[in-house]
Amino acid sequence: MISLAQLLTLSGILFSLAVAGIFLNRKNVILLLMCVELLLLAANFNFIAFSRYLGDLNGQVFVFFVLTVAAAESAIGLAILVVLFRERRSINVEDLNTLKG
Amino acid sequence: MLIQALFYVFGTILVVSAIGVISARNPVFSALALVMCFVTSAAIWLLIEAEFLAVVLVLVYVGAVMVLFLFVVMMLDINLAELRQGFTRFAWLGWLTALAVIIEIAGVVWAKGGLGVDASRGATPSPADYSNTLELGRILYTRYAYPLELAAMLLLVAIVAAIALTMRHRAGLKQQDVGAQVAVRAQDRLRIIKMDAEKGA
Repeated sequence: MISLAQLLTLSGILFSLAVAGIFLNRKNVILLLMCVELLLLAANFNFIAFSRYLGDLNGQVFVFFVLTVAAAESAIGLAILVVLFRERRSINVEDLNTLKG
Repeated sequence: MLIQALFYVFGTILVVSAIGVISARNPVFSALALVMCFVTSAAIWLLIEAEFLAVVLVLVYVGAVMVLFLFVVMMLDINLAELRQGFTRFAWLGWLTALAVIIEIAGVVWAKGGLGVDASRGATPSPADYSNTLELGRILYTRYAYPLELAAMLLLVAIVAAIALTMRHRAGLKQQDVGAQVAVRAQDRLRIIKMDAEKGA
């Protein structure tokens, strides 16, 4: 039987790898989006683990909504990326300095 | 035990493919490694008896979202060498942060009473006639009916936003102007004249 601690540790490793990925690939917008997907996957792992081990289905419903929102997010994110590439011919984060933020 | 062994096998594959996602040279390889991540996660979710979400993860993520990612990655002509510049400059900070996060989470999870529940325990297995999909549907269409409608609305808005963002108006394209078509009146197009009937020769 898989214990709660094992699952939480696995999702923790996944989460920290995704955070490291954001540090490593901070120039490439596509890889940043992929790392966000990994972060959401790790969070979903926690929801499902606790939902199963506390015997409460509400956690799984929440994962369902997270999946919905993540799908919408990546669709719009990729649309913005395509428009950005059409305008700039580049997806380098360092080129996005129009607002001088 | 078999389930335990399978968990370690899938966990190892998951971690290795996650490392592949963040360190691959080619974004196409990253996307494929991410597909591997989702498939192995779905397998682990099946092991802990969250069947519906495992299937949804494969259908929605591997079937739709990752295909979209691959489409975009292959469509854009990216200068990889420029994007890879400075890859190692902040790498130590990234790995340090990752290590710190792992140590913190493991500390909370494995400490005695750190979570407030007995984390070393396994979930009670469901009986053979228990249907995860049925129970989720029952709760989703009663207590969460209103949030479900909102989620559907959100997806609709996302579709409209994505299409509106990427739609392109090219100059010199022959298109029909529906507004002008509707606004036209009969007297602009048609003239009724009175004339005598012609006599046959």
